[in-house]
Parts: sequence; C-alpha cells; structure tokens
Amino acid sequence: MSSQPNLPTPPLDLDAIRARLADSKGPQFWRSLEEAAGAPAFQEYLDHEFTPGTAEWSDGVSRRRLLELMGASLGLAGLTSCTKQPPEKIIPYVTSPEDVIPGKALFFASSIPGPGGIATGVLVESNMGRPTKIEGNPEHPGSLGATDAQTQASILALWDPDRTQSVLREGRPSSWQRAQIALTELREQMLSTKGAGLRLLTETVTSPTLGASIKEFLTVFPEAKWIQYEPAGRDNVRAGARMAFGEAVTPVYHVDQAAVIVSLDSDFLVSGPGAVRYARDFANRRRDGNAGMSRLYVVEPSPSLTGASADHRLALSSAEVENFARALAAAVGAGTPAAASKATEFLKAAGADLSANRGASLVVAGEFASPAVHALAHAMNAALGNIGKTVHYVDAVEVDPADQMAAFKDLIGEMNAGKVEALLIAGGNPTYNTPADLKFEEAFRKVKVRIRLTDFDDETSAVCHWVLPMAHPLESWGDARAYDGSISLSQPLIAPLYEGKQLIEVLAVLLDKGGREVRDLVKEHWRPQLAATTPAFDDFWQKCVHDGFIAGSAPAAKAVTMVKDLSGALGAAKSGGSTEVLFRPCPNIGDGRFSNNAWLQEIPRPLTKLTWDNAVMMSPATAQKNGAVNGTMVKLGNAVSGPVLIVPGQADDSILVHLGYGRTRVGKIGNNVGFNAYKLRTSSNPWVMNGVEVRNAGDSQVMAITQEHSSMEGRNLIRMATLDDFKKEPGFAQEKGHKVFSLYQPYEYKGYSWGMTIDLNACTGCNACTIACQAENNISVVGKDQVNRGRSMHWIRVDRYFEGHLDAPSIHHQPVTCMHCENAPCESVCPVAATTHSEEGLNQMTYNRCVGTRYCANNCPYKVRRFNFYLYADYETPSLKGLRNPNVTVRSRGVMEKCTYCVQRINAARIEAEKESRRIRDGEVITACQAVCPSGAIVFGDLNDPKSKIARAKKSERNYGLLTDLGTIPRTTYLAKVTNPNHDLAPKGLAKPAHGEAKG
Amino acid sequence: MPFSHKHHVGGLGIDCRYCHTAVEKSSSAGIPPTETCMSCHSQIWSDAPMLEPVRESYRSGKSIQWTKVHDLPGFVYFNHSIHVAKGMGCAVCHGRVDQMPLMYQQNTLFMEWCLDCHRQPEKYIRPKDKVFQMDYKPAEDQMVLGAKLVSEYKVRKLTDCWICHR
Repeated sequence: MSSQPNLPTPPLDLDAIRARLADSKGPQFWRSLEEAAGAPAFQEYLDHEFTPGTAEWSDGVSRRRLLELMGASLGLAGLTSCTKQPPEKIIPYVTSPEDVIPGKALFFASSIPGPGGIATGVLVESNMGRPTKIEGNPEHPGSLGATDAQTQASILALWDPDRTQSVLREGRPSSWQRAQIALTELREQMLSTKGAGLRLLTETVTSPTLGASIKEFLTVFPEAKWIQYEPAGRDNVRAGARMAFGEAVTPVYHVDQAAVIVSLDSDFLVSGPGAVRYARDFANRRRDGNAGMSRLYVVEPSPSLTGASADHRLALSSAEVENFARALAAAVGAGTPAAASKATEFLKAAGADLSANRGASLVVAGEFASPAVHALAHAMNAALGNIGKTVHYVDAVEVDPADQMAAFKDLIGEMNAGKVEALLIAGGNPTYNTPADLKFEEAFRKVKVRIRLTDFDDETSAVCHWVLPMAHPLESWGDARAYDGSISLSQPLIAPLYEGKQLIEVLAVLLDKGGREVRDLVKEHWRPQLAATTPAFDDFWQKCVHDGFIAGSAPAAKAVTMVKDLSGALGAAKSGGSTEVLFRPCPNIGDGRFSNNAWLQEIPRPLTKLTWDNAVMMSPATAQKNGAVNGTMVKLGNAVSGPVLIVPGQADDSILVHLGYGRTRVGKIGNNVGFNAYKLRTSSNPWVMNGVEVRNAGDSQVMAITQEHSSMEGRNLIRMATLDDFKKEPGFAQEKGHKVFSLYQPYEYKGYSWGMTIDLNACTGCNACTIACQAENNISVVGKDQVNRGRSMHWIRVDRYFEGHLDAPSIHHQPVTCMHCENAPCESVCPVAATTHSEEGLNQMTYNRCVGTRYCANNCPYKVRRFNFYLYADYETPSLKGLRNPNVTVRSRGVMEKCTYCVQRINAARIEAEKESRRIRDGEVITACQAVCPSGAIVFGDLNDPKSKIARAKKSERNYGLLTDLGTIPRTTYLAKVTNPNHDLAPKGLAKPAHGEAKG
Repeated sequence: MPFSHKHHVGGLGIDCRYCHTAVEKSSSAGIPPTETCMSCHSQIWSDAPMLEPVRESYRSGKSIQWTKVHDLPGFVYFNHSIHVAKGMGCAVCHGRVDQMPLMYQQNTLFMEWCLDCHRQPEKYIRPKDKVFQMDYKPAEDQMVLGAKLVSEYKVRKLTDCWICHR
C-alpha cells in the first residue's frame, strides 16, 4: 500500500499541449494541463473510482493488521449494539426568554463588515441562542438575500476555538479589571500631555458611531493621532477618485443598466464592495440571453472570476493594463493624452462598443489597479455620459478617506523616532502584514505601551504588553456603511464568548465614559440626526434594528466634476517589459484575516483549485522560461520561495502571489500554511513589483489541488453558444439523435417531485454555495493531506473548465452536486439499502444504515458521493459543537454522505404545510446553496407545481442534464451558457459544441 | 428530582400543554422552565423540603437538570407538533402518563414501532380534540373511525428514510 498519493506527475511538455489544443481534433474543454496533454498518467488516474491512494490507509498498516483490527472492531460492535444509550440530561431555562421556542430557529438581522469595513446585511439563524448559519438579508441593498463565501464562513470564525480567550498582560492571563486600570492610568498620563505620543491604529472604519467616538478621542487628546491601515486596502481607489474629481468619492455602479462593461483589472462580480449586488445585477441582464444582454470585456494580468465571466478577456501585465486604459480613454474621447497599447484589436472593438453605447456603458477599475487607471475609468465614464446612469458617486463611505499607506508610514517613522508613547492597535495584524521594507516590528518595539484589541493571539499580539480579546461582529452592536453608503446595523446574536469588547468600549474607558451599552451609543448617535424626520424615533429605531439597516439611508448621488486636465496627474505611460510580481489578497482567506478559518482554507481557490496553500502563479510560457512545472520551488528575490502553479490565462511575465499565508502565530489551522508574500512586498508599490529575480530552487513541493478529482472524463458537460447561435438555434444544448428508453414504467410522483437547475450563464464560480452547504450541513474539513488523497468532503464541487488555447483560454464553471437521479446507479448497488429513492424523488442517504462499502460512490457517474475515511467530524471541541446545525446529523467515520437537497429544510416546510393541510408553496423551501448564490443561478422547487419557478426553468430551451445518455435521468440539470461576443473580435476557441458528441 | 405526573396530571388534571408549551409548535415538546413550577409552588407547598431544589433553582438562576427518559438516537429527528396536529394522542407513545408516579418509557421507540403507525396510522389516530386526553379509549370501530380521520386530517403515510433520518 502506498503511503503517498500517486498523483500524475509532471514533467509535461507544454509545447505539445499547446499544439494539441490548437489542433481541431484536440479537446475543446479541459480541466487541467494533465488532461489537456492526454497524459497516460491522467488516463490511469481517471480509471479509478477515487484518486489513487484515496482508499488506502495512510499510516502504512499492513493488510494482516487491518484484518486484525477489523476483527476486533466487529467484536466490539457486537458488544456495544442494542444497549441503551448513555443517560442524557435535559436542561431547561429558569425563566424562559420571550419568543424562544425550543427546537425552532429564530432569525435576526445584522451586518458583517468585510474588508474595507463595508457591511453586508445578513440574517443570522439562532438555534436556542446559538448562531449557526448566516443568510443574506433580502431587503438589504448590498445583499438582496445573498452573501459571499467569506461572509458565510465568518460564523466559523465566531466559534473558532483558537480565538483570544482572555486578557493577556505580557503574555500571561490577566483580567479586564486590570486592563481597565492600566487604560485609566494611560488616560491620566496622556491628558497631561494632550495625548502627545498616543496613537490609535485601526483598519478602515466606515461606522459613523465609531467614527464619532474616534473624533471625540481626538478632541480630548488633541495631539493624538488616528491611523488606518489595511494591507489590501482601497488606497488606489481613493487616490484615483482624488485625481479625477479632487475628492475621494466612492463610485456605486448600476451594472444592470450597462449594455457594455469594460473591466480594467476589476473583479467587481466577486470581490470588493457591492460584489454580491453587482453579481445579481449582472446576471439579471444576461440570464435569458435576451436582446438586452450585456457584453463584458475584461483586461487583467491574472485570471479573475469576473474575467472568467467575460465575453472577451485579454491577459495583459499590469503595466499594459494601464497603457490599455490610457489608449481606451483617448479612443472614447475622454480628452486624455493618446497612448499606445499592444492590444490594438481588442482596444478598437471595446472602444467602438463603448462609444456606441453612450450612457449605457460602464468602465470599472479594479481595487488594486493604479490610481491612474481609476482616474481614466472615471474620465471615460464622464465622457461617455455614464455618470448618473450606470455609475453614481457618493461621499466616501469611509469615515476618513485618508491615504492609509502614507499615514501608516508616518506612524512607523514616528515610532522609530521614539515619538510614540502608546499605541493601541484594534484589529489588523501589522507585525505580520506590513510590507517588509517598513520593518514594523522593529519600530513597534520602541513604543513604550503597546496595547492590542484582537480576535487572535497572533504575530502582533506577541509583541504587545496588553492583549485584549475583541468581540466578533456577531457579538457586537454597531453600524457600518454598505457599498452604496447606506447604513447597516449590527446586533449581537450571542453574548461575547470570551469577554470580548469592541473598540468603542475601549475608547470609552480612555474617554472616561465607560459603562454605557454600545447598543445605546449607536442609537443615541442617530437620534439627533433622524429625530427631525421621524417623530416616533424609538419605534422607528426598533424597526431599523429589526430590519438590519436604516431604510432610506443611502446617500443621494453626489454631483462630481472632472478636473480640467488629467494629463499632469497621470504622468508618463509606464513601460512594461521586465517580469512583474503581483500581490493580491487570497480570494479565500483575504489578506490573512481568515487564515485560521478551516472552511476557507480547504475550499479550492477559484480558478486554480488549490487548497491549503498559496503558490507562485505564472503563465505556461513564463513557467517554460523558468524551467518550472507545477510544484517546482522558486525563489522570488531573496525573501520568499514557493511552489510554482501554472495558471493558463495569466499574463506572460506577470507572476501572481496571494497574500495571507505563511502565518506563524494564529492558530492550529492557519499556522505554517503556504509562504508569506508580505516579506517581499514594498510600501512604495504594494500591488506590483518589477524586476524581481525568479530562481529555480531545484526541489519541489506537493500541492493539494482538486482540479482533477472527480473528473467526469470530459464528456459533453459544458454546453454553450454565442447569442447569435442561440437565437438561430435556441435548443442548441439539447441532445440530438439520442433518445433514452426504459423497459420500465416511470414512477409516478403524486405528491412533490423535487428538482434543481443551475444556470451556467449566471454562475460566476465564486464558491459561496459550497461554503453555505458546508455550514448548513455540518460538513467536515479533512486537511491538506487528506485533500491530496481525494478525500475532500464538500457536497458541492465547482468544476472549472478551460476552453481553447493554452495561453488564452476561456474559463467556465460548473457546480456539481448530487443529481438525485431518477434511476440512481448508487441505489441499486447498496447491499444494505442505505441509499434509496424517496416518494418525492430524492436520492436518500441514511447514515445509520451505511456500513461503508463505498459501492455507491464507485457506481456514481457524477462522482458526488463523499466518504468519511476517518472521523473527520470534531466531536470534542466544545465551541465547535455550538456551531453545528441541530437539524443535520454529524456524520461519523465509515459513513457515506452527499447532497441531500437540504432535506431538513424540505421537512421543516412540509411539517408547517401539513399542519395547515396544504401543499408546500413555491419558494418555501430554499436550499442553502440557492439562498446564498449572489447571481441567483440556482433554482430549486417542486416540479409537480406547473407554476413554480423550477418548472419554468426546466422548460427552458437551455436546460440539459449531465451524462443523460446513461439513462440516469438527473433531477439537477443545467441551463446552458450563452455568451455575447463582439463580431469584430475573433472569438478564441469559441467553437460551437458538437451535439451529443463526446469530445476530449 | 422526582416529579410525579400521576399527581399533577391524574390528580390535579393539569393539561399537558401547561408545562410542555411547545408541543403544538415545535419538534420539541419543551421542558418547563423553573418559573412554570414556581407559578404554583410559590403559593402552595411553598415550604415543602422536597421542592427545595426548585426554589434553589429559581433563586440561583441555575437550571434544574432532568433525566431524559424518552431519548431518541442522534440520527433520528422526531417532531412533536406535526403528530399532535394530525390527531396522535400523547398517550399513544408516552403511555398513561397520568398513572405514572415516576416517568418511564412504556414503548420501545424502535424504528419498527414507529413504522407500525407510519404504515397504518388508522390504528392509532384519534379525534384532534382528544389528543391531550389521557384516558381516551379507542373507539370500538377504531379501524373505521381511523380511516375516516386519516382522510379527514389528510394524514400521509410517510415512510421514506429521510422523513426521520437526515
């Protein structure tokens, strides 16, 4: 038995792959380089039920020993079965709280602030006082009922056993009483010097109440300073707005109003403020492939999910993106100096399209694109008459839209000069995430009093005198601005688990105003501002807290004027050429704030499908140039080394590394995962670094990449057409010439008949569904080693396909869940009837019957069954018990599991309907994946109700099933993708799919 | 803490729902908070030594810990409210609680036992207004009345695995 997974190992001949893909007989869609190569190892890999090595014991136990152990466990099983369960206690309330019915969940509106302090409105499910699941708030403008993956996973952050659990003084447990005394002493000392040498460092603040409190702090201590710093902050966005309008206004997009969108390195559909809303607006305009379908152009250095959703995507290095922006601005008449871009064809097409859609087009610049790109995007939107139509501006959503990096540098300078007496750091983690050239820790150690309010005893806490536990957003009262500037409100779902406090409470001590509830502080902040317009303020406020936001608080559009001449501010065009290294927050764990979140570590990164690691990502050509294959260790400069990951679609000579890894002190999950790219980063140009030497270190590292796991062997799974072809032949996705017959009469579903569709036209591949499913269904994480053996447990996997060229592929996503086949191959092979078909069409998996033969998974053509090879569920850690959904069994070792269509939600709805002797209404059962999907790609419901949304979706001409020629009759089907390419741009590899033909 | 259902239900005639307030609304029937005990016992038997743990709980705010008698395995999801709503009497499963000085489990709670009723609810169903009646005796013609009630209450014979296991 092998102890190491037998992965298909490189070297791969990239030139041969390139040639094979260019050949018309080559595969049209490919999941990985190995598949594209048609490598024998990959073929062998496919022939196995699971990834080779999946089924083996990993600790080298011999077959004989295994049989001995099995004999013993069988004997023990005989001893333990049929006995009474251990006695359990029932612990009722002493005084029952209002509205709590044991066994019934309550939902409370709140907000989760994301990176940049931008709040997403959520509804949090509370089971007997335990927050267990986050849903979007359908009434919140930034949510519309959906959330992103990180917001979903923030519930795990609340229950994380590695959170700071007590006040620490010099690393030893202390108490809030003592901390309060120290803070009061600090106050006395600082009052005498007017706060000279007192500094407050926070992440970006958008909360008006906290802002007011900080302002008061700065009034009481006039010599004190407040600095904001976030490693992946929006400095460039603000600088770009300042360049264009003279002030740091925040743009708010109306993606649904735009017929043509050009994204300049922006991932606006998936990350950044408003992404959840933008994804919905974007999908709504493209869903049905109707006449008003918008067209999206994306130029970017590394493939983003927005790029994958584009009709035309072009990989350009970041310097070239700026040149492209300059040239495009000149082309659409923005009055900026002419410039040259090497992307002539693309530029011409995009420019013409923008100009033809004045007032209905939109140019979006990415958060990490240079300020010049932002200014140019504003100039283009102004010139095209888009302002007020597809984009409007509001006063900066930040309380203080400062240049964070500049202020932060000043702070470090002051610390080095010994001018800082006391520094209070709330959140963040500057010791870890400050660019290396600033040498934060060295400077920080010169500060006499170092106080930290934090959720983890992390790298920064390690050098602090006082470590104070910070309350999680779900333990806090508060307010914050949403992407459009409207006010979101937070209310706590649970009392702080570890005596955590909010920054505003710590400030209150320094202001000698302690003892007031934050709830009252927020309310009293808004009373004077709203009382004039709302006479019954208390009632109004009650409603606002209930709703999770202040209705009508979105600021009015602000009139903006372009500066007369941008050319001075823009400066000279950049020259590309040398190899650049791009720094970006990881799409999963962000700038490192989610490093200890096992859900986000284990979920495959979108596009790369890498788990539990970051990598040095480069294009195939750049990898060839450096003599690297997947896993080759390379050194970037002298600071960091990491494994190469070849990413088709990455701009040549542009290398991408994700921030947030290489943590040394965060917790059991996040420590020593990947490499720390902050060590290479510099403060002068934090997003791109030119002229970095890349050296092949000679050795290699195994990465846990799931892209080849559960492959369905490249059958005709992704179906797509251009808008024109779709109009000519709306039924393009349907199988031609094949009809599947059965000798048996079909089963008649008299009651309900559940089904699902996933619209590939709307899906952005953002992973939110997978995490929502994990949270709802108590799905375990397994760790890097087990992922590498093909043992990940996710019930939804998002398959990624490349199409066409090796160097400039189109990218597609396909979430795959249990298909709940009508003729389910898994059911017929189960020897113990643990998996059976229900009267409502569900493919049921009964854990307590399962004996773990894995025949079912072996026979599943969709490869969606997941097996608990070990006891992955954590039965021990107390706080993780609090996280679990009480309506779903926590599976033990040796049990098969898979998507249930959220049967617990179906049952809950059925019980309520049956009590009223009626049918379940359409929309009453919403699966976790359906609820969370930002773009509304997933529809679920009763096929027997002809008026239901699902019945309508199934009638769509784009509706098709996977592997239907097997006669499985899947209940989950897909709506084929329709793209809207520009005729003037030759589509790359956009060949019409061959109907019913297995290619690749 | 010994508690006599015989005394409270049989003797005093207190309705099940006085204490088990969630039984018509939720999966759980609900175990009463100490407050419910004290609503009477602050007035009657207010000095009884036997009730000291109840008073202690009320004073200290610490819950009384009851021993679970009807304990289903973790992979079984039972819902009280739907059974009560469809004419399934408390005593059908829990037995004559009004005659039990101390609670005991009268039925096996095995799956076979559940399925007996899920396959043939007409054997056990009773009129909705008799659900909480402890001394209800099945009608002579139970199978006739049962069949009538099953159709009247739209009782479905749900035997799919995922009705209870998930």
